Order: sequence, then C-alpha cells, then structure tokens
Amino acid sequence: MPELIRELEDRTGAPPFSGSLTDLLHGDERPARVELRRQIARLELQLSELFISAFPRGGIAYDVAPAGGPRLLGIGELEQVRDRLLTRIADVRGILEDCGYVEERNRELLERVIAEPDKYHWVRVSNEDIGEPGCRHWHSRPRYGLLGMLMGWWRVKISSGCPLAKGRPASRSPRYGEVAQAPQTAP
Amino acid sequence: MEGQGELAGLPAEGEAVPERGWVAPAVADEFPGLSLAWTTVEASSGRSPRQVKDRLRELSNRFHGGHAIQMRQRPIPWAYRVFFRQIGLDPDQTRTPIEELALERMKKGAFVSRSQLDDALTIGIVETGVALRAFDADRTEGRMGIRASAPGEALEGRPGKLPSGTLVIADERRPVALLFGATAEGRGVHPKTARITLAALAVKGVPDIAVEEALWLATAALTI
Repeated sequence: MPELIRELEDRTGAPPFSGSLTDLLHGDERPARVELRRQIARLELQLSELFISAFPRGGIAYDVAPAGGPRLLGIGELEQVRDRLLTRIADVRGILEDCGYVEERNRELLERVIAEPDKYHWVRVSNEDIGEPGCRHWHSRPRYGLLGMLMGWWRVKISSGCPLAKGRPASRSPRYGEVAQAPQTAP
Repeated sequence: MEGQGELAGLPAEGEAVPERGWVAPAVADEFPGLSLAWTTVEASSGRSPRQVKDRLRELSNRFHGGHAIQMRQRPIPWAYRVFFRQIGLDPDQTRTPIEELALERMKKGAFVSRSQLDDALTIGIVETGVALRAFDADRTEGRMGIRASAPGEALEGRPGKLPSGTLVIADERRPVALLFGATAEGRGVHPKTARITLAALAVKGVPDIAVEEALWLATAALTI
C-alpha cells in the first residue's frame, strides 16, 4: 500500500511542503494551503482504505462535515477539513478494532461449537458475526428433532448460503401488432 | 474501451476535437491540474435509441459491486474525492459523478435509461471516471471556463448571492453552474435544445486522454 500512496501522490503531483517559515509568518499562505491539501489527499486515501477493508461490515459512518463548498478554502477551513478527517479516521479505526475483537471471539466460539456441538445447544454463528461476506451460518441443532434433543445427538448444521435472487418476471404477453410465437411442435 | 465498436455512427477520429476552457489564474494557482474541456454537438436529447440502451445494458453487466467498493482506490475516482474535500465538499454527501452513478447502479440493479443525453453522460462517465456536464450551447456565450464568483454575483434560478469565492463554471458573461453543483436556470439542456455543449471537468490526477475519451464517448452516444 505505501507504493500505492506514493504512486497516487506522484499522480496528483502533490509535493512535500516546500515553503519556508518566512512565507508562513509573513503573509504568503499559499505554501501552507498546498501542504494542507496534500495532507487532506493522504488522509482521504487512508479513509478510502478503511472503507474497503471494512467491507462487508455495515453501519459505519464515513462522512466528514463539509466546509460549505465548492469554493476556495482558507487555511483555517482546510485545517478544519483535515482535523475532521483525522477524527473520522480515528473513529473508524476504533470501530474496526472493536469489530475485529468481537469477530475473533466469534471465530473462537465457532471452533468450539464445531468441535463440541453437544455443549453449545442452539448456538448460531453467521458469516456476519465473523466479519465475512455472504449469508452462511453455522447452527448447533439436534439430529432428528425432539428425539435427538432427548438423546443428546447434537450436530452443527451449515446453511447453504444466500437466498436466490428473485427471478425475472414472466415474459409479457404479445402486444397489438405482434405475433405470438408459434408452437415448435410438428403438426 | 471495450465495446466502442458496438456504437454505430461514431464520429470519425479527429472529429469533435474538444476545446480547452480557461481557468482563472487565481484558481489555477491554487489547483494546478484543474481544467475544463468542452465540445459542442449538433444534437438534442430525447428517448435513447436502441444502440445506446444496449450499450447501457452492456455497461451494467460489466459493472459489479466489487467495482463500486474498490472504486475509491482507483486513481481517477480518488482524484475527484480528494478535490471535493479540498474545495469543501464531502464526497459522501455530495457524491462525485462516477460514485453517484455507481450507487444508482447498485440500488436499481442497472444503469437505467432516462434520455439520450443522460445516457450519453452515463456512458462517458462510467467508462472513464471523468466528470461530464451538459449545457444548452445556444444559451452560453463565448468560451467556457472555471473561476471563483465575484462578490455579489448570483447563479440564475437560485435565491441570494453566491458566497464570495464560490467555484463556478462560467461562460464569458456569467456563471452557468456551480462546480460539481447546480446548473443555472435556463442554461441546461431542455426539449428544444438544438446544440449541446458537453463539458468535461478534470482535476489533478486525471489524464488528458481520459478527458478526451469521455467527451468522445458521450458525443458518440449523442449523435447516433
């Protein structure tokens, strides 16, 4: 990923801060704005990486309050955008770390359930619980229903995946001026 | 790009050469790489012909959820996201054109045909990632460009004055649209439009060849 960052920075031509302290102290704010824009570009890339790595987890906010654009932003406004991006990145990282912890615990639980289903009655773990895409889930259930429950015949049943998408609607009936297709059977 | 040959009536190579728009020096200083290119097409909008609808359908089939998710790390969409941040827009609220279309594709299951102009813009944007706009060529005056709004200036059809320094697309007389925002009243394409100005907005990181291709594809889809 560092290569990608470098490549993208090269692509945007954003140079590292090249202004002098004198520029900053004596009125020429442009180098500072350039530097802030470079920082914003880098932070945007980090946020994008988090967005991609977070998939398929939902419910995470990535929005950063806008600064009333589209317009030329001053130093203070650019700093605000940068700081908000930093805050959002920290928030998302925190959420992902929490998710990672919970998902790791769920994976451990799943291993235990698979190893000893008779000790984890009715426990159900889904792909979502372990941070994976898809609709599969593992369910600890008794074999042969009530009989299995009484006899202690527990097993883990794995679902077959996501429900199929609804099919296309049935073909429409011919409109005026159209000829319905003739049956292909021989007379 | 894939599938170009499926469009009948493509303009010959060299035809519809885009013109370079001006960028006000103060804006160009702040945003090197920001540019506008445009071309005028003798066409009007209306229902899309079958070839354009077929092209949209083929585009829908090629564009999957994976593309939408990964899009933020592709150079051109990323460049627009960065530019949005830098001009005070949040690309997760005011979406970049390509992300807006990607979201629509995911929600509706396809790029839905609306009109020949909308479909042409969709094809150009999705194939290249470049932001495209359309204006009524007979309602703009002189060359198009990008500048910051002057104090007290307004955008036709919008109440109040524009905040000073608002970035606008302008002709030689007035702003015709906000940069990545609303079009001024009467400057957009309407049913009686006979000539359409297609404008491509590029930011730093968007190669010229992508801009030319976006305009070429949209022009081709408009002139079938």
